Amino acid sequence: MVLGRVALPFVPPRFVRRHGWTIGVYALLLASLIFTVAIHPTYGAFDIKSLALGALPLALAAAAQTVVVLSGGIDLTVGPLMAVTNVLAARAMLHSNFRDALLIAVLVLILGCAAGAFNGSIVVFSRVPDIVVTLAMSFVWGGVALLILEKPGGGAPLDFQNLAQETTLSPWVPNALILLIVVVAAVWIPLRGSRLGLALYAIGSDRTAAHASGVNVPLVRMLAYTLSGVFAAIGGLALTMTTGIGSPLSGSFYTLSGVATIVLGGVSLAGGKGGMLGPMAAAFILTLIPADLIFLGIDPNYGQVIQGIVIVLVVMVGGLATLRRKSA
Amino acid sequence: MVLSLLLLLLVGVLEAIRPGAVTPNWFRTTVLFAAPLGILAAGQTLVMLTGGIDLSVANVATAAAYIMASNARHGDLQAVLLGLAVGVAVGLVNGLGIAVFQAQPLIMTLGMALVVTGGLTVYSQFAVTSVPSVPGFIHTLGAGTVLGFVPVSLLLWAPIAVIIVVGLGRTGFGRLLYAIGDNAAACRLAGVRVWQVRLVNYTLCGLLSAIAGLVLAGTINTADLGLANTFLLPTVAAVVIGGTSIFGGSGNYSGTIIGALILTVLNSVLTLLDAPEPIKQILYGAIILLLATAYTRVLSDT
Repeated sequence: MVLGRVALPFVPPRFVRRHGWTIGVYALLLASLIFTVAIHPTYGAFDIKSLALGALPLALAAAAQTVVVLSGGIDLTVGPLMAVTNVLAARAMLHSNFRDALLIAVLVLILGCAAGAFNGSIVVFSRVPDIVVTLAMSFVWGGVALLILEKPGGGAPLDFQNLAQETTLSPWVPNALILLIVVVAAVWIPLRGSRLGLALYAIGSDRTAAHASGVNVPLVRMLAYTLSGVFAAIGGLALTMTTGIGSPLSGSFYTLSGVATIVLGGVSLAGGKGGMLGPMAAAFILTLIPADLIFLGIDPNYGQVIQGIVIVLVVMVGGLATLRRKSA
Repeated sequence: MVLSLLLLLLVGVLEAIRPGAVTPNWFRTTVLFAAPLGILAAGQTLVMLTGGIDLSVANVATAAAYIMASNARHGDLQAVLLGLAVGVAVGLVNGLGIAVFQAQPLIMTLGMALVVTGGLTVYSQFAVTSVPSVPGFIHTLGAGTVLGFVPVSLLLWAPIAVIIVVGLGRTGFGRLLYAIGDNAAACRLAGVRVWQVRLVNYTLCGLLSAIAGLVLAGTINTADLGLANTFLLPTVAAVVIGGTSIFGGSGNYSGTIIGALILTVLNSVLTLLDAPEPIKQILYGAIILLLATAYTRVLSDT
């Protein structure tokens, strides 16, 4: 035991101990930004903007996945749901004005919410493992996206696109970044402090104990999927803003990339551990890697390899750390 | 049992929609398309029995097929061995990460899937000078027929199936897979070297994926960078429909075989119905969901 030792080992402050992983992710983000500036001295406002534009949909996909994974589940419909909302918005917004576009965006959000609730109720009522349900539903939502728009098309008013694409405040602060922070904070901060937020973590870490302390486990699980649907819908709208069109296959990339992002961001796939801050930084890191490779003159295809290696190393280190803590 | 009836029912539906559709030739094409899926799902079954999952099976199959095809000019045997080596290597790394470093299987294999796909793209751009071509005997293996209607790939799939089914039921290794899936901690306390079993298991899964990739390349008679990528989710679906628990510890490969056949027949029913692609996808997902739900109910009732 520690008490028996003469020389006490260095114990970092509580804040660092509790948020070590998140601090590490932000340090990694900072380091990769410094590295980027070092290899590409003209890295400036424009590059920051394209980084934010690239990271926005991934960060929202990660947010959607985080809510469900914290509750001890997994949601493989995030990508297809983003595609559904993306094509729905792009199809409805074609030739519309800004005010109508905002109204459509609200309707799309409600639909995303309903779609998430639908997923969640199937998970709860069928009693089939969530990975299987959401796997099957990913085919269904993928088909729905193709029904709405057969091939890439549609459009959105320029003002609506500029919600993400412009830099209104200062050339160094892209709207996409502000949008991300505002949207995630508006949903997550009130949730985190509420009973629902507590219940989310509780059912993620121990479902039986949560049930025994009076948490309505099925309801909370269903709400987790509902929230995931909302974030996925915001992600789909973000895709409409950043690309200006709707594409039925746009989402396929985001399901598994979202999972990779949250793991890098310190969310445990076993549930109950992690937060929203880490995944946000992780989305930026994973978007920055391919850009850096282009600056270095390396084939961007290596980007996938390096992303994969980063993820593999991170989970191995994480696994080892857990092992050491268990044996200590 | 229930599953086989379901398969017969689907075949019946097929015959009812298009009388005269079920012929020896229909049998041939069904098995031709089910064989790669079935072999790919074999690896998935093995890892799912231990409570794991392998999201890299489809990418490994693609990589194995592509590397085989792009090295065909060095000689057929060498090309095939190179392809299989890809599978073993990726499986070994997956196993090391999961068994030794205790990484979660889902994310470990997802990371390796990215590494394999990205690496393959880079390889295709820098190392491949000739047009990839599938060796003749691999094409025969994937698409040939003997005795009029028996596909050659069945002659490979059937022995693999027998080895896995017997191996799972009758050998110590097979029983250990169930035991680990049921309770890994108890296995460790009982003296089982769990990490060794896991390592071998993921390596086997990699090898089976590579074999499936070669068969698929033979069936289609070409190998491109996206060859097997749509097969990932169907392998999971085949295993789950086949009754193997996604949490590990129960299930068997014979169920997976029927699962793979059901998915293949389902696909041809949907094709015969002339349903547009989106509707096909929606029905496919809905039916997988219904089957899984029905299965969970049946299991929890008994």
